Amino acid sequence: MIRALPSRDEILAILDDVKDPEIPVVSVVELGIVRDVGVTADGVVVTITPTYSGCPAMREIEADIASALADHGIAPVEIRTTYSPAWTTDWISRDARDKLEAYGIAPPGPAEPSELVSLTRRTPSLRCPYCQSLATERKSEFGSTACKAIWFCRSCRQPFEQFKPL
Amino acid sequence: MSTPALVPYLLRLGDDRLVLGHRLSEWCGHGPILEEDIAITNIALDLIGEAALLLKLAGEEEGQGRDEDALAYFRDAVDYRNALMVELPKGDFGFTIVRQFLFSAYSVLQMEALQRSKLEALGGIAAKALKESRYHLRHSAQWVITLGDGTEESHDRAQRAVDELWRYTGELFAADEVDREMAAIGMGVDPSTLAEPWQAQVGEVVLRAGLTVPTHEYMQQGGRVGRHTEHLGHMLAEMQIVARSHPGAKW
Repeated sequence: MIRALPSRDEILAILDDVKDPEIPVVSVVELGIVRDVGVTADGVVVTITPTYSGCPAMREIEADIASALADHGIAPVEIRTTYSPAWTTDWISRDARDKLEAYGIAPPGPAEPSELVSLTRRTPSLRCPYCQSLATERKSEFGSTACKAIWFCRSCRQPFEQFKPL
Repeated sequence: MSTPALVPYLLRLGDDRLVLGHRLSEWCGHGPILEEDIAITNIALDLIGEAALLLKLAGEEEGQGRDEDALAYFRDAVDYRNALMVELPKGDFGFTIVRQFLFSAYSVLQMEALQRSKLEALGGIAAKALKESRYHLRHSAQWVITLGDGTEESHDRAQRAVDELWRYTGELFAADEVDREMAAIGMGVDPSTLAEPWQAQVGEVVLRAGLTVPTHEYMQQGGRVGRHTEHLGHMLAEMQIVARSHPGAKW
């Protein structure tokens, strides 16, 4: 099939349908994983960045991006990975934050300033995504995936996850 | 601009994280409580991810066609360049936590400096690893205080871990010609410059935990030039067996 070169916006719209494999309510664009899209006569280049160095979903995300574009007849596609600047939760869009909360994952607050690590920092309480109570406590800074922490709501007695600020 | 110090330097950075990550992964399914099982394996994942990036870069700079898997699975212990501390068996939870704390405090300082590396690819990896190391440091420091300031049993175990690990801390800050060359050209950091801030941070936590730091002066070293403890070979045998039995296998 021969078709006109797709525009950058057209590609971004397609990629907005590629969901994060671990959190299928938000897209790789909304999460800030897609950093750049380039269109040349030779094909399309999509640049992505991992959330965490060891994120095991990266290969799957690459495959999902390639197949979504292929479904729209867009080829060849080159996927590049960049590590700089380092991904931050501050790139997650407003919309995506609402979707995360509706899905039961508390969205991240602002990323920490890059100062010396405070070992005594008090954790501000987080709003429970199920009952909106602020009577919550952090159980662990590490959760079911690298990007999440485990919390517990004392009001509705429900454990929940937080997309942790990074 | 390249230097013969570059590849050995990157191997040291990568091997520290690969070996420690593997030691942490040995806790998978054995953590004292579910949250800690998850935390330790998450930290393992971060470290192994960082190692993969660093070893990939080392392989590219070496230019012999070795990728991160070739470097991880097809080098013997004498070719590993990690510090001795990270290869010691995982011990009890107290030992694992104290080691993680000592290493994470070091890693945060190291990555803070390396994010400004003139080797752009290394700077990018370091900026990312820095964010992860901060989480590891906060987690392990809180546990050191909890254990040290906890029951008699937890205090004793944490103190024993500090006593045992301390002689391996000197190697982290011992600079040789590789480090000095990398620092001189602005690509690396001289580890001896990290010793003072590390001691301040570690000292503060140890004090709050009610633990004491040994006063003996003798420090073990050798890992940076491939002289390892007996433990690394055993660990690598387990880590490498599948890749070596089925070279090129995919799943």
